[in-house]
Amino acid sequence: MTAYVFIESRDPFESRDTEFVEATAIAVKERGHDVTVFLVQNAVLAARKTTGRLNRLAAAGVTLLADDFSLRERGIKAEELSEGIQESAIDTLIDAISHANTKAIWH
Amino acid sequence: MKERTLTLALMDPPYESANSTTALRMISAALKQGINVNVFAYEGAVCLPLKDQAPHANPVKGTTVEEEEHPTTKAFVSSLLAIGKDNPRLTWVNCGLCVDERGATNVIDGVRRGSPADLFKMASESTNTLVIPTK
Repeated sequence: MTAYVFIESRDPFESRDTEFVEATAIAVKERGHDVTVFLVQNAVLAARKTTGRLNRLAAAGVTLLADDFSLRERGIKAEELSEGIQESAIDTLIDAISHANTKAIWH
Repeated sequence: MKERTLTLALMDPPYESANSTTALRMISAALKQGINVNVFAYEGAVCLPLKDQAPHANPVKGTTVEEEEHPTTKAFVSSLLAIGKDNPRLTWVNCGLCVDERGATNVIDGVRRGSPADLFKMASESTNTLVIPTK
């Protein structure tokens, strides 16, 4: 089994192609791999519960993490995050991608 | 635990994209975890460690250079190279083709000129490689 870490940096309200990450992450998860999506920069705007943008990923069992620095920059508090999304330090991302048999994909 | 090494390929020029800030944060976090880091900077990213960068005052806010404390990417890279001078080690290679295109030769100490072959070697010898491209 391979671990996949997708690092999403794009705002879904600005970039239509964020659906690429959603579709690919779910497809890889359905094939039995560990999948994490780490939201950073403007991508954390999708993490707010009022948007519901990441519900399909959460329902598919994908691990969803949102960069704490990016959240603070944009005034988003932990209690505003959708269910299934965890506030996370960048150290967690580093640890996740620094193991063998792990694919790290930036988008 | 076995020694870990991450290779990051950076493409964005300084002061243009949040990607640069995130990349520098990632390098810092990796070094703090004892992970070696290789950086292959290409295209505009070769300007991140340019020695000629200078902080400036802010005429909108009326602040002086000293009051503004304007951060430069060369200062960030220099600090990271100091942290990663031994173990863990930070290796920073600027793509020579990209350097020549931009005349970006005057860089801070510790930055090495290289070629895409260095990226191949770094990636081959690393635990993992992450490419951070421009949008």
